[in-house]
Amino acid sequence: MKDGFRQSMAWLHTWTGLLVGWVLFAVFLTGTAAYLRPEISYWMRPELALSRPGPHNAAVAVAAMQEIAPASPAWFITLPDARETTTRVFWRDPAARGRGFRSEVLDPDTGRPVAARDTLGGEFFYRFHFQLHYVSVLWGRWIVSICTMFMLVAIVSGVITHRRIFADFFTFRPGKGQRSWLDGHNVCAVLALPYHLMITYTGLVLFMMMVMPWGVGTAYPGDQRAAFNAEAFGNPPQRQRTGSAAPLVPIAPLVQEAQRHWPGSAIGRIVVANPGDSSATIQLVRADSARISNNAQSLTFDGATGALLHASGTDRPAAELRGVMYGLHIGRFAGPLLRALFLLSGLAGTVMVATGCILWAVKQRQQAARQGRIGFGTRLVEHLNIAAIAGLPFAMAAFFWANRLLPSGMAERAAWEVHVFFIAWGLCLLHPLFRPGRRAWAEQLAAGAAGFLLLPALSAVSTGRHLLATLEDGDMVRAGFDLGLLACGVMLAGLCWKVARHRPAPAPSGRTAGQAPARPVADLPQ
Amino acid sequence: MGIALRVLAGAGGGYAVAALFTAALSLGLPMPRAEAVLTATMASFAVYAAAIVWAFAAPGVLRAWAGLAAVAAALALVLFLLQGHLP
Repeated sequence: MKDGFRQSMAWLHTWTGLLVGWVLFAVFLTGTAAYLRPEISYWMRPELALSRPGPHNAAVAVAAMQEIAPASPAWFITLPDARETTTRVFWRDPAARGRGFRSEVLDPDTGRPVAARDTLGGEFFYRFHFQLHYVSVLWGRWIVSICTMFMLVAIVSGVITHRRIFADFFTFRPGKGQRSWLDGHNVCAVLALPYHLMITYTGLVLFMMMVMPWGVGTAYPGDQRAAFNAEAFGNPPQRQRTGSAAPLVPIAPLVQEAQRHWPGSAIGRIVVANPGDSSATIQLVRADSARISNNAQSLTFDGATGALLHASGTDRPAAELRGVMYGLHIGRFAGPLLRALFLLSGLAGTVMVATGCILWAVKQRQQAARQGRIGFGTRLVEHLNIAAIAGLPFAMAAFFWANRLLPSGMAERAAWEVHVFFIAWGLCLLHPLFRPGRRAWAEQLAAGAAGFLLLPALSAVSTGRHLLATLEDGDMVRAGFDLGLLACGVMLAGLCWKVARHRPAPAPSGRTAGQAPARPVADLPQ
Repeated sequence: MGIALRVLAGAGGGYAVAALFTAALSLGLPMPRAEAVLTATMASFAVYAAAIVWAFAAPGVLRAWAGLAAVAAALALVLFLLQGHLP
């Protein structure tokens, strides 16, 4: 019975992993890139100089919003911090299409829209990794959440499948075909298992009220989401607009008061409701880089009088636990070293998904070789593996190329950067139709490697600032990013080199001398 | 066929169990109601995953369905009682 259990779990592991493996690969890779969202955004706006956040940022941003959207019912201002060099603002505009929001990226010192090329920057990878693109936000989030649930099941069943989980950690037998892929898969999976489990579960928790709304629906009958939010997260109830005009109080004293509340940590966000009305409120939210938990701590002031109305940020355990899960997922609390570890763990997850997908195809092909016939399913998986795994890095490189090459005055420029990303990825989906498997792998990896390796040069030519100049200026973010691009290129080139000179292991049916005895079947995911 | 029924049991039946679990605990946990909702909802994905594992691990398709149905019925009864239909 025990082996039957293990085998059914192996089956579950294989199919949950394979069915959504390509989506998970893309989510893992772009999600890993999203750890560097501010750095990517900064690199993609070469016009900007590195500016340091200052105490004046809040007042500048509020003054800017009074010019940009005086009649809006709500402003959401995200202030710059040590990593993010721009002020990002959203505001409600009932006339805007979609969800009724507009947004702008502001210079933190002048309050004007940044004088930089129009780009989504790192925001694109960040958004894509939880809501995809070209589908509505809601659909995208549902699709990613369902795939994340698959991932959770794949992790649980994968752990059950591996009886030798500790030994597997130290086992890598390279150059042995299927066994090497299995070892690679195990090493990446086991090495960062706590991370994989954490990132998957917390990912589900981020959208739990969308995916699993039945608790709040039962405990708060009728449509009482606002009441729930107020009780759970301490958000003050909204005040009704009175219609009588009243100017906003200056924000600087409020910021000082908030800093007395949270010594040593900055203000991350400002939410202004009903600006210009006597019912206005100004909510100051503590920066989420200040602590692990993302359970927002905020102070709400009366916008007309400046009186403190409400201090939120209950430290009740469940709300705090959710905040910690949220904070762990986005990793914004992490300093450089920990962030590097997060990045490596994310890459390990990406490799885990990739090797899992490849392992399936390799096994199918060996079975097919024994039967002398390769089925459509195997071909399809091999094809999609190439397009997803080798194609996505190439598409990411193309996105960066578009950022440097598209003319700065172009209409819909930011959208076109994204279109270029998907066109490049689409080409990778077509390319294996015309090239046999190994060639397609090697060529796409080579294209990706070339794309990344040439990016610093392209950037130097198109912006006039090369790596040595940025190093000399002490702009370590830009210089480090260029070096990171080179590292990505070297990694892809190394993979390409491995693929190109790989000779397939003899088919196992040949019982070649020197081949290690096969492991027990139950040890391999079926 | 057996596999399809297990998939249905895991995905659909498992979700039903997780949803009933969330609803019942949101009302039943002895803590402030917002805290109960958060606790129950955060735990629901572990329940869902366990239900899916059960759907595939159960010795037979019938057992898989019967197990999930029994848990769902028990949770539904608890929820029914908690909603004020106490005897």
